[in-house]
Amino acid sequence: MSRGAIHGWLLLLPAFALLALFTHWPVLGTIWDSFHATPKGGRPAPWVGLENYQVMMADEVFWKSLWNNLWYALGTVPVSIALAILMALWVNSAMRGRTWLRMAFFTPTILPMIAVANIWLFFFTPQYGLLEQVLRPFGIASRNWLGNPDTALACVTLVAIWKEAGFFMIFYLAALQSIPPSLAEAAALEGASRGYYFRRVVFPLLMPTTLFVMVNAVINSVRLVDHIFVMTRGGPNNATSLLLFHVYQVGFSFWDTGYAAALTLVLLVVLATVAIGQFVFLDKRVHYQ
Amino acid sequence: MNEASPRPSLSRHGAGAQFLETVAAWILGFLWILPLIYAFWTAFHPSEFSTRFELLAPLTLDNFRRAWEAAPFARYFLNSFMLVTMVLAAQLVLCTLAGYAFARFEFPGKEIAFILVLLQLMIMPDVLIVENYTTMSRLGILDSIPAIGLPYMASAFGIFLLRQTFKTVPRELDEAARVEGASALQILWKVYVPLARPVYLAYGLVSVSFHWNNFLWPLIVTNSVSSRPVTVGLQVFSSGDQGIDWSVITAATIMTSAPLLVAFLLFQRQFVQSFMRAGIR
Repeated sequence: MSRGAIHGWLLLLPAFALLALFTHWPVLGTIWDSFHATPKGGRPAPWVGLENYQVMMADEVFWKSLWNNLWYALGTVPVSIALAILMALWVNSAMRGRTWLRMAFFTPTILPMIAVANIWLFFFTPQYGLLEQVLRPFGIASRNWLGNPDTALACVTLVAIWKEAGFFMIFYLAALQSIPPSLAEAAALEGASRGYYFRRVVFPLLMPTTLFVMVNAVINSVRLVDHIFVMTRGGPNNATSLLLFHVYQVGFSFWDTGYAAALTLVLLVVLATVAIGQFVFLDKRVHYQ
Repeated sequence: MNEASPRPSLSRHGAGAQFLETVAAWILGFLWILPLIYAFWTAFHPSEFSTRFELLAPLTLDNFRRAWEAAPFARYFLNSFMLVTMVLAAQLVLCTLAGYAFARFEFPGKEIAFILVLLQLMIMPDVLIVENYTTMSRLGILDSIPAIGLPYMASAFGIFLLRQTFKTVPRELDEAARVEGASALQILWKVYVPLARPVYLAYGLVSVSFHWNNFLWPLIVTNSVSSRPVTVGLQVFSSGDQGIDWSVITAATIMTSAPLLVAFLLFQRQFVQSFMRAGIR
């Protein structure tokens, strides 16, 4: 090996060792452990083949969490992206108070999810919460928003949208500012309406950003479960249990690490699918060079 | 971000429509900030006003005092501070070295190593909680601040960001330094690092706010006052047997968010710019 090659590897080594220990090894460990029972009393865990997966197939909470997570993703991804585009267009325009607006939209991003979840919990409180107080004059019947299986998932989805939209706005803002103003001038000269200009010029130019944001939004719909801990703890009747929350419960409330590994593998498969999908179908234009 | 100059306006967009749009934007902005206003109202007023909104309700700091006395928040703040400092310091060193290797060195296995690094962008430590807990247990460092930080110290995001930045440094600068007899590490320190300063600032802000706010992994790996960060401390406090005195819980909530919130309000432009810079890749 040349001197440059040795230097290269030496520079990479510290980071790579940590990555191997805390990312690559755990991925392999997850696969390995998912075929083993949970170790008991210091003895090595026996091989159980597909037993953990059979348990999973019969686990109603798992299926419930999977569906919940799907709805959670279908709720957060498109809505937060649409709102982010709208916010970015407003903040990037010559609108009055746009500095203030940018601050209002972006503030949720930098606050701890666990902390704002407390505020939202209070917001949704039956009778005393702000939501109830606002709705009461309109004659809308009082209800327990987070305690009702029909509304609880929508409530936690709303909180996730609120937290994320302003974050995604930033990426659109960056993209909008890179669009040359001459395009808008040309469109104006041609007599194009504002809607037409957005549909035919701005939106297509934002496409790479949308793909990037979409991948992040999907990853976040797997990852973002902090507020569940405060607002519902997965309840009522598992109506707000998401996959990662279920992994936490199985792994650290029931201490069934073998089964928790099998559940984690489901998450890894989802994330790997996103990665491969991005690589194969979507991301032809973005090159890591 | 430059405060954009007014764009040439497109036709068929009258003053009335513009006014309506501005109103719509302001309503959305108000809705977005409303939970925070609500939290401030509750935290700074006696608890009997937490659901009554009267303009002349007396202000008080009592809720903050009670929250501060009810749980060891001082220790939690210290823990969080040590955590973000430790993680950031390690990230800056490790990612700088690795980013430099990927940007300017040729070595066998470089391509595959890079893909293995990027893997972490998709599969973050956040989802590998079960296995990483076992690892920390084997290392015998459960319930310690390094255990919270270790899985995040080699950050694929940071490596990628710095690699992209270092690649834009002109080779001539590099070669000029080499002719003068500087070693690879000296060149990194004297040429590359100074030129990447804005990227370091951007990455630092993103990293600090991520780790200050992180919750699930610290919740799992810590078990005592001496290692809990503020997020976990807040959760333990608010789910404990304090009764449901919302005013006190809200005061604690604002307290834990305060350092980032104050920093954000003071350095708004830098924050927004940093998140922008860190996101463009």
